[in-house]
Amino acid sequence: MMSESKPSEQQENQQLWRPNRQRSKLVELAVKSLFGLFALVSVATTIGIIFVLIFETIEFFREVPFWRFLTDKEWTPLFSNAQFGIFVLISATFLTSIIAITVALPLGLLAAIYLSEYAQPKLRQWLKPALEILAGVPTVVYGYFALLFVTPLLQKIIPGLQGFNALSAGMVLGISIIPLVASLSEDAIYAVPQSLREGAYALGATQREAIIGVVLPGALSGIVASFIIAVSRAIGETMIVAIAAGQNPTLGLNPFVPIMTMTAYIVQVSLGDTPAGSLAFKTIFAVGMTLFVLTLILNVFSFWFVRRFREKYE
Amino acid sequence: MTAPQSTPAKITSPSMFQPSPNLAKRYKIDRIFEIAALISTIVGLVVLAVLLTDVVLDGLPRLSLNFLTNYPSRKPEQAGILSPLVGTIWLLLTTAAIAFPIGVGAGIFLEEFAADTLAAKIIEINIANLAGVPSIIYGLLGLEVFVRIMEPITKGRSILAGALTLALLILPIIIVATRESLRAIPNSLRMAGYALGATRWQVISEQILPLAIPGILTGTILALSRAIGETAPLIAIGALTFIAYLPHLSLEGFQTPFTALPIQIYNWVSRPQVEFHTNAAAGIIVLMVVLLLMNTTAIILRNKFQKAR
Repeated sequence: MMSESKPSEQQENQQLWRPNRQRSKLVELAVKSLFGLFALVSVATTIGIIFVLIFETIEFFREVPFWRFLTDKEWTPLFSNAQFGIFVLISATFLTSIIAITVALPLGLLAAIYLSEYAQPKLRQWLKPALEILAGVPTVVYGYFALLFVTPLLQKIIPGLQGFNALSAGMVLGISIIPLVASLSEDAIYAVPQSLREGAYALGATQREAIIGVVLPGALSGIVASFIIAVSRAIGETMIVAIAAGQNPTLGLNPFVPIMTMTAYIVQVSLGDTPAGSLAFKTIFAVGMTLFVLTLILNVFSFWFVRRFREKYE
Repeated sequence: MTAPQSTPAKITSPSMFQPSPNLAKRYKIDRIFEIAALISTIVGLVVLAVLLTDVVLDGLPRLSLNFLTNYPSRKPEQAGILSPLVGTIWLLLTTAAIAFPIGVGAGIFLEEFAADTLAAKIIEINIANLAGVPSIIYGLLGLEVFVRIMEPITKGRSILAGALTLALLILPIIIVATRESLRAIPNSLRMAGYALGATRWQVISEQILPLAIPGILTGTILALSRAIGETAPLIAIGALTFIAYLPHLSLEGFQTPFTALPIQIYNWVSRPQVEFHTNAAAGIIVLMVVLLLMNTTAIILRNKFQKAR
């Protein structure tokens, strides 16, 4: 560093400037290892979830044969004559999710189109955060709203509607996932290059024709992925359905009567005083496993779909 | 790449762009379409407004100082939210104390130490997958690991077990926020640090983190506001609803059973009596005010950060 002609000055500089490299290296190593360990926590979480679910689910199937899980027509694991038909819960989950998607899909997609294609930048600046607030409302609040506002309102229109039902739970669930559909779809629509729109205009298309004929097909992979993720969210959503859809496991797709989704069942058992190791305790893990596998399949499928069908623009 | 490369001409059906003389009609449909899109955007906001109005109308008359300072009770008119509110604050602070260092550390590792390595990519995919796991599944994980296996430390269904569960839930959000804030810091700053002979960690701790910390804090606060609204995982690990005492400010305090605002709200909503529903609405107002305060802090922080840069 310094010229070697002045040894005394060099010594002085060394004392002043030479950092304790040994210590710096040690600190560096310690910090790197510690933070690396922290990064592994997220991997450990995944492994933990899978192990816990598999372990308790195996325990469950030691007591209940797998075929009964698939073929029983009722879900009454807490009764003396216990039945374990998981499809009772799956049908309920399916029903609320379908209703939710029917609400969220058109509204979310049209909102995404409006935000990216029509809204002035100023308006967009206000609308986007406002929609984000919708996503930030705790689900227990949506549950309150579904049970005590939407259901009484719907009962005036549909006389046969019961106090707990899949319809209002599903509709409010749909409202709660609009921001998810809208923001993911908007990202996809935004990624379609302007030149494609201009090409459509040059061919004589109106703005709507350009959107429907060119922009949406160009963004299709992202839009489909956003729907799949929304379905996955709807399946895993707990509090809205636990509060407003009821606690009554029935097989069927009648949206006007109380039902019990997979998540609502886990809540019901968790609220009771269930001793660890009992069959009831194991059932919530078996149900949790089913839920986990379903959402995982959907999430992986959406990743795959985006990769496979993404339009690449230069 | 094998992905099908389709051109606009391939996508569009020929019928769509066939020159139609009826331009006026097409413009009319255009107008209808635009209005429909606008209405769809507004529907969500209208529902939000109705929801908030409904809750405020139901709950505001019930809101009083007594409501904030009373314990939950079997008598709806005497019931208050002292222990749930304090429980939520304890959970919030404990969750933050666990999730913040781990999340920021992991974010720094992935962005600064291990960027573009195979390990980082695997962890990245893993984090994306974790974001899609339903929150109640985290509750089941917490029930097995924190309540049962770690019982000697957590003493079962305690604040600590709840906070650990919530911390795992929001960890991915904090990691992503940390990485994004770090990525926004220009690389020239790092290079300048290295040129002066600093180690990576010295550069990060002295130069990069001070600039990135507002962004990280914003992300953390938003993640925490998600955590305190979470109900399902806390129910799964066995939060109670009638707690007539506050946790001691000691190490044992973390090991006491707990309740939280969303749990109490759920409990009141699921009762048949209307008086309890009113309590639930009042509880929701308190919860929403807490959330609003947190989000406002986050936004102010973000704006200050953006102006400073």
